[in-house]
Amino acid sequence: MTHAVEIRDLHKHFGTNEVLKGIDFTVEPGQVVCVIGPSGSGKSTLLRCVNLLETPTKGKVFVNGFELTHPDADIDASRRQVGMVFQQFNLFPHLTALQNVMIAQQRVLNRSKKEAEIIARENLDKVGVADKCHEYPGKLSGGQQQRVAIARALAMNPALMLFDEPTSALDPELVGDVLAVMRKLAEEGMTMLVVTHEMGFAREVADRVVFMDGGVIVEDGTAAQVVGDPQQERTRSFLRRVLHPEG
Amino acid sequence: MDGRRARHDPDAHLLIMTTTPTAAEPARTGLSPRQRRRISLGIQYAVFVLVLVAVGLLADWPRIFENFLNGKVAAGMFPTLFTVALKNTLIFTVAGYVIGFVLGLVLALMRLSSVAPYRVVALVYIEIFRGLPALIIFLLLGFGLPIAFPGFKLPGDVYGTVALALGLVAAAYMAESFRAGIQAVPKGQMEAARSLGMKPGRAMLSIILPQAIRIVIPPLTNELILLFKDSSLVFTLGVTAATTELTKFGSDTTIDQANSTPLIVAGATYLLITIPLGFVVRRLEARQGRKR
Repeated sequence: MTHAVEIRDLHKHFGTNEVLKGIDFTVEPGQVVCVIGPSGSGKSTLLRCVNLLETPTKGKVFVNGFELTHPDADIDASRRQVGMVFQQFNLFPHLTALQNVMIAQQRVLNRSKKEAEIIARENLDKVGVADKCHEYPGKLSGGQQQRVAIARALAMNPALMLFDEPTSALDPELVGDVLAVMRKLAEEGMTMLVVTHEMGFAREVADRVVFMDGGVIVEDGTAAQVVGDPQQERTRSFLRRVLHPEG
Repeated sequence: MDGRRARHDPDAHLLIMTTTPTAAEPARTGLSPRQRRRISLGIQYAVFVLVLVAVGLLADWPRIFENFLNGKVAAGMFPTLFTVALKNTLIFTVAGYVIGFVLGLVLALMRLSSVAPYRVVALVYIEIFRGLPALIIFLLLGFGLPIAFPGFKLPGDVYGTVALALGLVAAAYMAESFRAGIQAVPKGQMEAARSLGMKPGRAMLSIILPQAIRIVIPPLTNELILLFKDSSLVFTLGVTAATTELTKFGSDTTIDQANSTPLIVAGATYLLITIPLGFVVRRLEARQGRKR
């Protein structure tokens, strides 16, 4: 069986700063994997290596059995299979919500305008912002923007979705809407790799939780194991700080 | 200069008074800060009125009207002022602007290219054409090239030469504006576009440039206004009655009529275009501000 994501001995340096120090892990199709860990642990860099927004210094990245890190790989083609949702949404501010979801369909997948619009409306409806079709991102709340961003990625029919701290830039009262959409996606069987600080989400939705610290994977297991019964002291101390910030 | 300083001094004094109020000072002069402000304002208005009255009394108004605002001379300039002079000025400007826009955009993309020779060529071009007076470019294109290559002629004759000269100079400035605009678009925009599978060129065209151009509308419009005025340099190439433009037409008529009114009229015609243009830009910016 082909893994949805397979990472082998991944290293990433920024200058002399070694952010990833040899990562090996896989995500199976349909799995929801949450990556948790303190800031600076390399979890966002790991995610960005999966669609080559960062070029690994060493190691191999496979998506659906296709090696992205191969020198002859068509990166654009494999990126189309991988949807990415950013912490800062990164919607295109000069386009309406609908156009945001349409443009890559038209320009990358060569779908007709009509087809792209139908698919865009379906996806905007799915994430609950169909009524904001003709608004520009600047007019939308953070939660609405992030849901449009999810619709934008979904419209490309990705086999895998990457979420890079999707709720970290949101006001607390808007986090729930975005998590609800992600939960729905998980239930539909979407393969998801999620970097998050939302422990509740990780515990309830994730099939697996990966704890990273200092550029390596410290613990990898079911949510119940990693969050409920961590074996490593580093994991325990991180969870204590996250779950009981008042001490 | 002295008068100006006299008008500013009470202000500066007032600023110190209001920001560091002390109980001792008002007592010493016997004036409250509010009274001081009143007196200061009164002095400023008095100086202004005095200057107005002095100018009104001292100027030789009949002479000024006769020589600069002569209705009869002005009337004689119509309709040629609009049908030939303004029309040609506009043609020179727009043609130069189009060349400058396209070339400037290409230069900006070269400047940001990952191919080093492109970057070097663009940089050298920008430095040279920003550093030279536009007049030299006009003379080189108008006389330099035809002297070196007898029979050399640009398409469109004077129009072509002016458009190219204006465009070559404008491109250097516009390239820098475009570059700044492209770099002002957040990095996440390119990442989002690439993560959707867009190739770099497609992402630049569909995502980055539309945003960059919106950002640089003000400097680009400023460039349009500059070009509109620079088009007057065409006089160095020797224009005919058919290819004359505003400045040349104004100065020719001034000499012809031995009266300065045509220069004032030509100047007013420039403002007729530049002032509304500035207004339009402010409106565009405001609308864009709402959209973002």
